[in-house]
Amino acid sequence: MTARIGVVTFPGSLDDRDTQRAIRLAGAEPVALWHKDKDLKQVDAVVLPGGFSYGDYLRAGAISRFSPVMETVIEQAKAGLPVLGICNGFQVLTEAHLLPGGMLGNDHLHFICRDQKLRVENADTAWTSDYSAGQEIHIPLKNMDGRYVADQYTLDKLEAEGRVAFRYLDFNPNGSLNDIAGITNEAGNVVGLMPHPEHAVEPLIGSGRTDGLPFFTSILKKLVNV
Amino acid sequence: MSRTPLDTVEHAAATPDVELPWAELGLKKDEYERVVEILGRRPTGAELAMYSVMWSEHCSYKSSKVHLRQFGEKAPESEAMLVGIGENAGVVDVGQGYAVTFKVESHNHPSYVEPYQGAATGVGGIVRDIIAMGARPVAVVDPLRFGAADHPDTKRVLPGVVAGIGGYGNCLGLPNIGGEVVFDSCYQGNPLVNAGAIGVMRHEDIHLAKASGAGNKVILYGARTGGDGIGGASILASETFDDAKPSKRPAVQVGDPFQEKLLIECTLEAFAEKLVVGIQDLGAAGLSCATSELASNGSGGMRVTLDDVPLRDSTLSPEEILMSESQERMCAVVEPEKVDRFLEICEKWDVIATVIGEVTDGDRLEIYWHGGKIVDVDPRTVAHEGPVYERPYARPSWQDELQADDANKLPRPATSDELKDQVLKLVGSPNQASKKWITSQYDHFVQGNTVLAQPEDSGMIRIDEETGLGVAIATDGNGRYAKLDPYHGAQLALAEAYRNVATTGAKPLAVSDCLNFGSPEDPAVMWQFAEAVRGLADACQQLGTPVTGGNVSLYNQTGEVAIHPTPVVAVLGVIDDVARRTPVAFQEDGQLLYLLGDTREEFSGSAWSQVVHDHLGGLPPQVDLERERLLAEILISASRDGMIDSAHDLSDGGLIQAVVESALLGGKGARLVVPDGLDAFTLLFSESAGRAIVAVPRSEEVRFNDMCGARGLPATRIGVVDGDSVELQGEFAVSLEDLRKAHEETIPALLA
Repeated sequence: MTARIGVVTFPGSLDDRDTQRAIRLAGAEPVALWHKDKDLKQVDAVVLPGGFSYGDYLRAGAISRFSPVMETVIEQAKAGLPVLGICNGFQVLTEAHLLPGGMLGNDHLHFICRDQKLRVENADTAWTSDYSAGQEIHIPLKNMDGRYVADQYTLDKLEAEGRVAFRYLDFNPNGSLNDIAGITNEAGNVVGLMPHPEHAVEPLIGSGRTDGLPFFTSILKKLVNV
Repeated sequence: MSRTPLDTVEHAAATPDVELPWAELGLKKDEYERVVEILGRRPTGAELAMYSVMWSEHCSYKSSKVHLRQFGEKAPESEAMLVGIGENAGVVDVGQGYAVTFKVESHNHPSYVEPYQGAATGVGGIVRDIIAMGARPVAVVDPLRFGAADHPDTKRVLPGVVAGIGGYGNCLGLPNIGGEVVFDSCYQGNPLVNAGAIGVMRHEDIHLAKASGAGNKVILYGARTGGDGIGGASILASETFDDAKPSKRPAVQVGDPFQEKLLIECTLEAFAEKLVVGIQDLGAAGLSCATSELASNGSGGMRVTLDDVPLRDSTLSPEEILMSESQERMCAVVEPEKVDRFLEICEKWDVIATVIGEVTDGDRLEIYWHGGKIVDVDPRTVAHEGPVYERPYARPSWQDELQADDANKLPRPATSDELKDQVLKLVGSPNQASKKWITSQYDHFVQGNTVLAQPEDSGMIRIDEETGLGVAIATDGNGRYAKLDPYHGAQLALAEAYRNVATTGAKPLAVSDCLNFGSPEDPAVMWQFAEAVRGLADACQQLGTPVTGGNVSLYNQTGEVAIHPTPVVAVLGVIDDVARRTPVAFQEDGQLLYLLGDTREEFSGSAWSQVVHDHLGGLPPQVDLERERLLAEILISASRDGMIDSAHDLSDGGLIQAVVESALLGGKGARLVVPDGLDAFTLLFSESAGRAIVAVPRSEEVRFNDMCGARGLPATRIGVVDGDSVELQGEFAVSLEDLRKAHEETIPALLA
């Protein structure tokens, strides 16, 4: 038996098929979920993929957060369903208040696409247990609105509780506070990050590294209790 | 135009003396008279609108048609060709049941007027051409040319164009995998923004732009029609810029990539359920083009009720609706019993879809508005039987003098220090410098199939995950060569793109082109155009790579001064297994560097002559297409059989440019020696065509040499991958750090 992992397609989602491929390569079963459908098809975990949902003409993620599927995702995430938000998915998670803080436009005002060095800060979440804390990895980053911000109280709390999951190394690509690339909720079932692990799962494709695969093997192992 | 009473066909017949604004709409007097002759009466306002946009240079190719015929007449036999010139884009067979469609188009004029939207809608337009063939778009490429890098206006145009391409393409989810960025003051008032796209489908999914089957419904879907882009094709793209005229900004369209992304998904879903008989995207000339093309390519006529077109602005006149170039719209022909399902899919994706007409038994295109018939034409006369001009052309009087001014006579570096200084100057010059600041604004990862992206020699996309089948594309052009000799300049552009595809290990299959020239009303420009087309057609014939389609952009000139003739050529290739691809970057210390091909003293039109002497004169490098073919075969075999670990084509900037790029990308240096029979300067800077450098693992050296020897390709050992500097024995050594500084800091310093 393997795990069934849902991938939500919002209008304007771009990396939904890529994420399904990554789930498949990790050995789990990808399940397509549709934004207008509240039914999560009994999946064991959900990924909100990257893209420009609803064109991101309003604040990124601000409209998707109100889509029917998110009602169920929010409810079940609070009950412990593992949820990963990648890039636009991370933005949706902050808009949905499943994760604190928010994303502003990159400080240099340009879209940026690069292979980004990160440090894994928290290897105890549902999505990061196949890494080790302190591990340095390279994951492609590509966004327009990737500057993580939060008030000082929230930042202090995130740092104190070890909830910064990933930090940019060597180069902060967008002006994120505390070099934050990704965070987790208190329970560790909800994780969001700006870089794209689904683009680092095959040695020949994209960045040519497989540093992103442990996201998907982490959740698989958790779900099938290996 | 007065709308009381409505200018119907009946009204037009009854009022022959009404003056129509044909000149303001861009028609010439004799063209207007031809319309009257075809109709046997004066046209209605709506008919005039349609003829004026469809007979514009941009849509009708009236000045270029007589020359473009050569691409068909000289087309080589090719089993790969599935759909040729004349459709929205050409289609080639790449094996395993897959077909690939690709095309390059220009969006030059709008991008100068409004850089962001001009470039963005250029991407949108080419992508809709790809969808209209039935394919899923899988990648885009962008060959760009701007004025001098340090000119203040370049800082207005370039960042806007780059942001527009990124803003639209990134939001569509299409990886940007290639293209070029070239600076030359000849493009100051006429930047060239060309956009290319590739799409993939199964053979059985190919769709064509034709309306057949009486009773079938015509469905307009996508964005609402607004007042933007009216006259884009006729006014903007088909005339020379002139300061005295009012601003042309309203003629530029505004793009909505989110809407286009929905359009892609719902169109592909409709294709998958086999709901579509014929399809056409709405680009230049909007509904005028879509209705007349669909009707004239099909077997019957078409009746359209313009009142049913969803509008963004309810005050639009029927003429404006017909001419509007509002983006993100498509037109499909669907059998009546499948209409409901088609509309359902559109609704699923929140795309507005409306039945606006149907295919009829007759052979007329009839359009109604408020109950009156305002168009009644033979659609072929609108879409295909426009004016054709045999424009006069003549070799310019200055051509001989230009060709006599040979760059081989320019002073060369006298000392090792001077040679080294010129190397640093070259690799740090705007044209040769790293374009990372630009390309990092484009997503190259999305869709998860990108094998190679810029600055590789060609972009490469995997199209089958199981077998590893992939396609490669390279676009190249060199306006400086083409100015010196348009015939051979066009061939050199093809040769370079062909070589770039082969360097990555893919087999070149087919060609698309974007021909950017000045005003066809200038006989000197027309000569450049005629020569370039002849050269390209001859070379395609010899290399066995047919032209599958493309685009002509004329009137790229400011006042009397035309741009350099700039044919941009895209070559598409196929690779059986992308795991065999060859990258540019040096991989391992100790690997042997071989120079393939012959190096001659060829400096005219070179990057060296431009950077060091600001010189343009002489004759471009010799073209030897048989040599190009042999070189390509060797590169493909060596890649397939694992004999080389990296390869880089030699073109502008010569060998040193290639070595520096491979070294910086791999983070590994090189030690070079000057081979017998050459001098250091010629080795480094010559731009002889038909050459590449390859890195050969020592274990493969004998096998590789035997192959080159047996097939008669000169292969000269020129050094080894090693260390952290680029060294030319007995001359100089420059650290990778210094090279990186020179190569990577130029563009951000000028434009960031």
